Amino acid sequence: MLIARVVGELVATQKHASHEGRKLLLVQPLNLDGSNRGDAVVALDAVDAGVGDRVLLATEGFSAMTAVGRPNSPIDMAVIGFIDHIDLMPGVS
Amino acid sequence: MFLGRVVGCVWATVKHAALEGQRMLVIQPVTPELRNTGKRLICLDCTGAGAGEIIYWVRGREASLPFAPSEPPIDTTVVGIVDSIHLKTEPKVPAAPAAARTPTHRKGKRNGNR
Repeated sequence: MLIARVVGELVATQKHASHEGRKLLLVQPLNLDGSNRGDAVVALDAVDAGVGDRVLLATEGFSAMTAVGRPNSPIDMAVIGFIDHIDLMPGVS
Repeated sequence: MFLGRVVGCVWATVKHAALEGQRMLVIQPVTPELRNTGKRLICLDCTGAGAGEIIYWVRGREASLPFAPSEPPIDTTVVGIVDSIHLKTEPKVPAAPAAARTPTHRKGKRNGNR
């Protein structure tokens, strides 16, 4: 799982049937210090997240499919929670 | 899932039986701003995407699931064609009209002073 920020939404009409009825979000994975970690990715939404939210991102097939309730479908990333707060030991960043 | 642009097609006569009849596309990964990023790769297609289209693709075992019950030996599949992307960005003033406006405005003011 990764920490990520929702930076946008994506509209697709022609897509795999298992993606219908779920929001497609553009999420930017983040490092602990809040800087960007690679490029933004596309994820299905399991928790009704919106642009600007800091979220938990599942980046593996089984967990992503289970989270959006679509087993055996081509889904490898899903937003599975909101992050309220992160506590770190002093010196960790 | 990742964003990409279709930049080509791959044809193969001799291939695994489960790949018969499937289209293979060359995909250039892109950022949400549609800048190229990373290396090009080959994806199977389950949407009918064509050259130049922005698509999104999955990676890993999930890539073969759209073709069930057949299990083609693939690791990337195009699963959707992107119609539009809404990015949260600061509103930008279009560069060209602003540049065109400024000289005219200054010119008028200067003439007035004369």
